[in-house]
Amino acid sequence: MNSAYLDLIRIRFLMMLAYRVNYYSGIVIYTINIGAYYFLWEAIYGEQKVLAGFTLAQMTTYVAVSWMARAFYFNNLDREIANEIRDGSVAVQFIRPYNYLFVKLMQGFGEGLFRLFLFMGPGLALVCLIFPVKLPSDLGIWAIYLVMLLFSFLINTQINMLVGLFAFFVENNEGMLRMKRVLVDLFSGVIVPISFFPGWLAVTMKWLPFQAITFLPSSVFTGRITGSEVARVFGIQVVWFVVLIIPIAWVWRQARTRLFVQGG
Amino acid sequence: MFYWSLAAEYMKNYVKTKLTYRADFWIEVLSDLLFQAVNLIFILIVFRHTPTLGGWTEAEVVFVYGYFMVPSGIFGALFNIWNFSERYIVKGEMDRVLTRPAHNLYQVLLENLDPPSLFGSFIGLIIMIVSWGDLGLTFHLMDIIMLAVFTIGSVMIYAGIFTSLTAISFYSDAPTGILPLMYNISNYGRYPVNIYNKIIRFFLTWLLPFAFVGVIPASYFLGRNETGLSDLAPYTPLMGVIVLGIGLFIWNHGVKRYRGAGS
Repeated sequence: MNSAYLDLIRIRFLMMLAYRVNYYSGIVIYTINIGAYYFLWEAIYGEQKVLAGFTLAQMTTYVAVSWMARAFYFNNLDREIANEIRDGSVAVQFIRPYNYLFVKLMQGFGEGLFRLFLFMGPGLALVCLIFPVKLPSDLGIWAIYLVMLLFSFLINTQINMLVGLFAFFVENNEGMLRMKRVLVDLFSGVIVPISFFPGWLAVTMKWLPFQAITFLPSSVFTGRITGSEVARVFGIQVVWFVVLIIPIAWVWRQARTRLFVQGG
Repeated sequence: MFYWSLAAEYMKNYVKTKLTYRADFWIEVLSDLLFQAVNLIFILIVFRHTPTLGGWTEAEVVFVYGYFMVPSGIFGALFNIWNFSERYIVKGEMDRVLTRPAHNLYQVLLENLDPPSLFGSFIGLIIMIVSWGDLGLTFHLMDIIMLAVFTIGSVMIYAGIFTSLTAISFYSDAPTGILPLMYNISNYGRYPVNIYNKIIRFFLTWLLPFAFVGVIPASYFLGRNETGLSDLAPYTPLMGVIVLGIGLFIWNHGVKRYRGAGS
């Protein structure tokens, strides 16, 4: 029965592959974005050597890696789930002999793999050619980073699921989906590393799951976090992954008794 | 007159739909504002770590952002056609639009009005007023007129660029991912353009004139004439007419090529 789930990964990967041309423009978008942030940060640093513990070189690498990691973990599962709830096709999913959320996770992972190999990989290579990005030479860091990246994906997907499932309760959650996207971009540290945040906001962020999506993995990758600290921040990711299962399971249980279909 | 009554009817319909999904309206307003707030938070956070950005102070950069919000909010309310290609070309709804007497772009825009976006303009105006005081700028009656003229020009530039880009769907089969790209580039016109290198600056001023939707008109009020920025400000409406003209030309030419989807 597990092979069915594995097949879902494969099918989604192939589906994405069929529409791959769209993704070439995506690489350009991300590269231009990274470029603009590069110039912006250069102007922000000016004469200063270090800001919030980041050198300009580390900052450039942080921005490049964070955006490219976003290319990997980003998915539209929230919108997919919300749409299936709204048009009622989720009802069919209920009677099938599999776990709907697990199916969604697998589809998201297939998409993630596609994005890893055809978006993040080539994108990072392109960015390294254009901007002074310094990748770590230690293979161990690469290995740890890949594992942390997997957890970025899992945690981001869990948040997407939670927001998507809210469609069960609020009929039309388009606004919420947009809001979530903005919040995740800001609080995960893609736009500004969390160590740049002013005191109270930085403290609040430490108690929210978002930093586990971008800030922690990217900090390890740029060498700002080393030694035993790495184990600690990885631990934070694992804890959030486990903790987030609880509200999802709860919402899912509640939702099954609340389904009402609009139209469809 | 006919066009006005059409607009009024569509507005009535809009209100009716929104009354059905009432909570969503406010969440939409909130998420729009939040989106703007994120960019503002970025500026605020950055200035905790540096006194100036390419020679511009925090209050000045915030002022530029305040100005940017005004035209971008109006644009957002009128031009909410991000999914044009999917809805009108792929699903073939353009057929329906073309059988009616009003101009097709006008109808498409009316069908997609997004008034919550205007809250952004309102907040932008407040930001401008507040930083106007902070910066100790003197106020002339002329400034209100200039603000109105610049805003109209900036909205036309935005409208022209995005009309041209949306019209690409008439020419190419594959829905292009170019709109988000433009949306990102448009954000760079808000920052003092002198921080970018010459190529990007030229690009933002003359090819995709997003600098006219932010830093250039704002520098007129700030009286900053670095690299001739505020000298360019009076050309904002002219730029708007040219860019919107190009946009409409590409659109109308594109509509002639539209053949309808197979389904």
